[in-house]
Amino acid sequence: MHGTRILDEADRLMTVCNSCRYCEGLCAVFPAMEMRRAFSDGDLNYLANLCHGCGACYVDCQFSPPHEFNVNVPQTLAIARAESYAAYAWPQALSGVFARNGLVISIVAALSMAAFILGFAALNDRTVLFGVHTGPGAFYKLMPHNAMAALFSAAFLYAIFALVMSVRAFWRDIGPPIGGRADGGSIFQAMRDAGELRYLHGGGVGCYNEDDKPTDRRKLFHHLTFYGFLLCFAATSVATLYHYLLGREAPYPWWDLPVVLGTLGGIGLIIGPIGLFVAKMRRDPALLDEQRYGMDVGFIAMLFLTGFTGMLLLILRETAAMGPLLALHLGAVFALFVTMPYGKFVHGIYRFAALVRYAQERRSDAGS
Amino acid sequence: MSSKYDVLVIGGGNAALCAAISARRGGASVLVLEGAPKFYRGGNTRHTRNMRCAHDEATEILTGPYTEEEFWEDLLRVTGGQTDEILARHMIRESKDILNWIVEQGVRWQPSLGGTLSLGRTNSFFLGGGRAMLNALYLTAEKLGVEVEYDAEVTDLVIEDGMFLAACLKRPIKGDTEIRATSLVAAAGGFEANIEWLKQYWGEAADNFLIRGTPYNRGSILKMLLAKGVQEVGDPTQCHAVAIDARAPKFDGGIITRHDSVVFGIVVNKHAQRFYDEGEDIWPKRYAIWGRLVAAQPDQIAYIIFDSTVVTSFMPTLFPPIAGQTIAELAGKLELDPAALEKTITEFNAAVRPGTFDHTILDDCRTEGITPPKTHWARRIETPPYLAYPVRPGITFTYLGTRVTREARMLMADGKPSANMFAAGEIMAGNVLGKGYAAGMGMTIGSVFGRIAGREAAKHARN
Repeated sequence: MHGTRILDEADRLMTVCNSCRYCEGLCAVFPAMEMRRAFSDGDLNYLANLCHGCGACYVDCQFSPPHEFNVNVPQTLAIARAESYAAYAWPQALSGVFARNGLVISIVAALSMAAFILGFAALNDRTVLFGVHTGPGAFYKLMPHNAMAALFSAAFLYAIFALVMSVRAFWRDIGPPIGGRADGGSIFQAMRDAGELRYLHGGGVGCYNEDDKPTDRRKLFHHLTFYGFLLCFAATSVATLYHYLLGREAPYPWWDLPVVLGTLGGIGLIIGPIGLFVAKMRRDPALLDEQRYGMDVGFIAMLFLTGFTGMLLLILRETAAMGPLLALHLGAVFALFVTMPYGKFVHGIYRFAALVRYAQERRSDAGS
Repeated sequence: MSSKYDVLVIGGGNAALCAAISARRGGASVLVLEGAPKFYRGGNTRHTRNMRCAHDEATEILTGPYTEEEFWEDLLRVTGGQTDEILARHMIRESKDILNWIVEQGVRWQPSLGGTLSLGRTNSFFLGGGRAMLNALYLTAEKLGVEVEYDAEVTDLVIEDGMFLAACLKRPIKGDTEIRATSLVAAAGGFEANIEWLKQYWGEAADNFLIRGTPYNRGSILKMLLAKGVQEVGDPTQCHAVAIDARAPKFDGGIITRHDSVVFGIVVNKHAQRFYDEGEDIWPKRYAIWGRLVAAQPDQIAYIIFDSTVVTSFMPTLFPPIAGQTIAELAGKLELDPAALEKTITEFNAAVRPGTFDHTILDDCRTEGITPPKTHWARRIETPPYLAYPVRPGITFTYLGTRVTREARMLMADGKPSANMFAAGEIMAGNVLGKGYAAGMGMTIGSVFGRIAGREAAKHARN
């Protein structure tokens, strides 16, 4: 028996699947399962986070509902995955955030954006807030650069620290890899697997949606979102280097590197989340962890909001709307940062850790 | 009221869909009537995982060549010569092209699954298993414009002088209770789920049989065809049966209820007596004899008994083994006579000769002085906990079918070919497989004859 009902169910399913193995070629979950004959809580959380939720094993399974064996691996692992985020959250006092995630994220986002607007209004007079600012340093008329940098660095570093602590707990719980140790090769392999979403492919045909046909484009939209996010992050990093190393202050002209990166990333962060949201609505509810609907949508909405306010700011930065838009954008980004360790963002971190573990197991399996 | 199609396909598995696709590609309008609900579509194909095709060279997923001649020799061996050589050789030749043709229909291959290394050269595995294969075929068929109806039970066939005219339906489809078609492809499987029919040959023992596939394989189309003058082929009393876990559901337990642990222990009946040489041949060559052997035991039940030293020697099982710290405790849990089981195991242990255990070859670990002997892999059962799996006969398929020509055209009892009736898959497998079985052959028969039947049925409809 395991700690939770869902881990008991995951154990039951892995026992069924391990005596069948037809899905072995679909993804990483089943080969990892085959390396084991019994499953600890850590093993099951590892498998749950290795699952990308493409749904292929559900439509391919001769024992999925209404069959009496009631095998629904994607949904069971989705629930186990979400519960694992709460189980490993740091500090544990905040693990409850995962239970009502959509609500918490919306409140944090609203408060954060309101705080920036009110803060700008309180610290600047109306002519500054609604004034037209152009040229280097325009943004910092509303909020001094050092204040901005200090606030966002603090939020970002907290998020990183909390994530590291959470993943550390996960890594310890899933135990030493079967027959191997962490090594550069495995990390590189995991980066490639995560970077191309190798296992979000339904065994090669794509993900499945409500009409049990592999017509889902989640992989494409996830790429747009993920690489959009990375490009935006790169834009901010380049801008920070410009500021401190070259003494060049934002805003930059449209052709300059931070703006080019930010624009491309922003487009990804607008189209990607919309696509993911539409795909989510079209998926077979049988495959989903509907309890965690708010968490998924909350994260998609935060990413969209970040991209959308950023793009608006870029377009309207030379108008009187710049002040309020800057407040909204900074509010969205701040909320995104502080909720990172307690929302859907963590899926990427845990899945990456699981992919590293899987790469280790594969390498030691091939070596033996 | 009735609607009219060029080709009517009855059945919904591999053979039926290959026929429907091939007929549609041949320009025919096609209706598929699947008697099962959508989830259970496809009959035994749901539970398959590979197909045996001849090939002259290794491929991406096959480790080496498997020539037509070798395939033929394997078929000859497993059937003991009970096969139609012309038909069988034709099928083997056609199987080569099926490897590619089936991929063109959307099915994807993968290398042999873990624990099936012995098939890596001869058998191509479906990525995701048999249901994935079916899903791909249905998707392709629907894209091509094949119409498919589920829960479409056929209650009668109108056949005159070997000529198919119409099929009558239990439930109307688009207002029609009768479907007319220029050609018929019967691909509706065997009668393994029809316990009453099985009882004709097996008596009350059939009540204790478990059926590995869906409850919809009732053989009603086969029965109608034979009753209306189609020539029969194959031994009606025979079926393919393996030993499966007695705790499995009555129907549709599929592959995961099987046990491949026989060679690692002994098998006793309800009187705690051994009844057959558990080490006769390499697994899985003699896999299929155990269903029949258990069927012949009282109450059609037996117990595979082994000890804790061999637990990891075979694939993990769906149902855990029943365990006891002593033989007597185990016997109690199995409701066997403890004294009898202790005696059987003591005698067996005493008869085991020293040897070097190797389950991959016919090793020299054997018994001496007991009947029946265990001629290979015999090791003492002496390390607790003692473990057991209860097993019953699990019926996979039946051999009775309709006789066909190379064109998959049914032959009538008077020896004349039917004008417009074709058969493919398990319903005609007895032409090729008079008895016995080799992994993946059912799917070969289904795809090869399905494709031929569809093509010929479309050709007939166009003329």
